[in-house]
Amino acid sequence: MSEIRYREAVGRALREEMLRDENVFLMGEDIGVFDGAFKVTEGLMDEFGEKRVRDTPISENSIVGMGVGSAMLGLRPVVELMTINFSLLAMDQIVNHAAHIRYMFGGRVSVPLVIRMPQGAGNQLGPTHSHCFEALYLHVPGLLVAVPSTPADALGLLKSAIRDDNPVIFIEHETLYQEKGEVPEGEHLVPFGKAAVRREGTDVTIVGISRMARTAERAAQILEDEHGVSAEVIDPRTLRPLDLDTILTSLKKTNHCIVVEEGWPHGGVGANIAALVQEHGFDDLDGPVLRVTGADVPMPYSKSLEHLAYPHEPQVIEAVLASLGRKAPA
Amino acid sequence: MAVKNPEGAVPPRPPSGPIPDTAAATEWLATMMLVRRFEERAGESYTRAKVGGFLHLAIGEEAVVVGAARALRDTDWLISTYRSHGHALARGTDPGRVMAELYGKTTGSSGGRGGSMHIFDLDRRFMGGWGIVGGNIPIGAGFALQSSYRGNDEVTLCVLGDGATNQGTFGETLNLAALWKLPVVFLVTNNRFGMGTSIERHSAVTDLVRKGEGLGVEGQRCDGMDVAATQAAISEAVEISRAEQRPILVEAMTYRFRGHSMADPEKYRTKEQVEEWKLRDPIPNFTERLIAEGIVDKTGAEELDKQAIAQVDAAVEFADASPEPAPESLHDGVYSLGGEVHGWLSTDPPQDPAS
Ligand SMILES: Cc1ncc(C[n+]2csc(CCOP(=O)(O)OP(=O)(O)O)c2C)c(N)n1
Repeated sequence: MSEIRYREAVGRALREEMLRDENVFLMGEDIGVFDGAFKVTEGLMDEFGEKRVRDTPISENSIVGMGVGSAMLGLRPVVELMTINFSLLAMDQIVNHAAHIRYMFGGRVSVPLVIRMPQGAGNQLGPTHSHCFEALYLHVPGLLVAVPSTPADALGLLKSAIRDDNPVIFIEHETLYQEKGEVPEGEHLVPFGKAAVRREGTDVTIVGISRMARTAERAAQILEDEHGVSAEVIDPRTLRPLDLDTILTSLKKTNHCIVVEEGWPHGGVGANIAALVQEHGFDDLDGPVLRVTGADVPMPYSKSLEHLAYPHEPQVIEAVLASLGRKAPA
Repeated sequence: MAVKNPEGAVPPRPPSGPIPDTAAATEWLATMMLVRRFEERAGESYTRAKVGGFLHLAIGEEAVVVGAARALRDTDWLISTYRSHGHALARGTDPGRVMAELYGKTTGSSGGRGGSMHIFDLDRRFMGGWGIVGGNIPIGAGFALQSSYRGNDEVTLCVLGDGATNQGTFGETLNLAALWKLPVVFLVTNNRFGMGTSIERHSAVTDLVRKGEGLGVEGQRCDGMDVAATQAAISEAVEISRAEQRPILVEAMTYRFRGHSMADPEKYRTKEQVEEWKLRDPIPNFTERLIAEGIVDKTGAEELDKQAIAQVDAAVEFADASPEPAPESLHDGVYSLGGEVHGWLSTDPPQDPAS
């Protein structure tokens, strides 16, 4: 084990996969000479040259499209978009094409493309640079969606993503880049569709999405210390495929389920998981699945408002206590 | 309001591009006839409700279709738009498989998943049929990026319409292709309309070669009603692109004789304009020229047309007789399985990896 930062873990995954397979190459705005907007690709252009680390113009839809085309012919492009908000400019290529090509052309061709991008609030970047859009991509059949919350998962999931033959939406979290975590030595792969139980517990199941898995873990500690509640925290790590089994297994034990996400409530990840849990685990539920979500507003700039616009530990604790029929102390 | 083509009357200009050897010239004519007969039959099948959705016919544009396909090596890549039955046929895809795709059958070139707008034939390097205007442009450049990355000598020919040059990705992709010196030829099939909007009403710059030049892509125009001229122009562009590793644009001036799709009352143009252009119909004009030069005779030409009709008859028969996709195949092919994917819910039953 060694301790590295989340952004270093992403960079390490890229480097290891580029060393392993010469078909792997990177495209993105300012990923080369500038080392990446978040320094994820630091040093890679020096090491691999301009053929494999390609600085692109500001043309999101077309660099994703060129990724799609080159992936159809067997290269393994990893496209970096500076933030998930900019991926909206590439929605045509991501949804109409990357996701649908295999099906639309009768299964004759695959698109082994990875699109990496950070999401999330907390840096006061306002309504065009701070959103969480995993729910948009979760909606689309044909895509895989990863939302790593630790350096080890960022490393292991990205390596799996690059090796997979399907288009992968790989969503990093902007405020996690500097976070440190233990990472195994040597080759480390994390499979898609396998949730991580971050903390075991018996009273309530908390499913945390992306950064909210970390928030849920901290909330669980407070719940134990201050409220005597034993919470199990599950980080699904990938939303497509989703490891529903791990959530349902936990529910059998706890009979209570809370989903915590940073994105919007309507049509969100929590809405989806709540629906699946009631369809598949209704008999194990002692009450409704509750959701803790971001506020139903564009992300405000003001520090105080931004803080109110996405979940923190107190909202998670409040939801857990409500689910258990207990009121938070005033 | 009908807007008249400012070029006004289109004089019947005899085709004058360089004629290849007899066998090739005859084959070009035969292929244009096949495309024409296929499109006519597809239109009939549509009115008989055998074909659904949108159906875009390339009648009138056969010289550009065949000229494009015959400018390529087998190892080159061809990518087109939703108006692309002819490109697949010219590339050698069995007409039965193209017709079956229009019929939504399992034997279709995309297994009935794509329909008329999404014909696909990987074996012949015909890389689709794409329904989003402009969406195929960066993908074509991506094929060329692959060739450049691997250092092989393939060229990609990327077909788009005049209307598609107004999409943002046209500018983005041409810039990138020029910047990265990609072996791709952008073939603009300029039929003077994007649906019902004439080029004068949809593009501030109507000289589309100039549009490309501003983005660093050199280009040339050709007479898209003359298969020999079109083939020569595209072939020259393809070979320059291959040798010099850079993108080139070819603007082929042509016209579609039918509506944009099957539901088009054609209020945006005059009957006279259509009739004027029909004087330049690429098939009879090329036929006459080959007869004048003694390459085929009248009976020979009629025989080629009969063969085209017979091929299309067989295609329709094949499509009609082919099975509908099985209901249990609904989910097949969404994902490549066997890697990290086990269906989107771990509770889903595993899918057949062969799908
Ligand atoms: C992004 C997008 N916008 C609109 C349409 C609807 N549409 C289909 S074809 C077409 C006209 C395109 O004209 P052009 O590029 O000149 O090609 P042509 O149809 O003449 O071959 C339009 C507007 C579409 N398919 N995709």
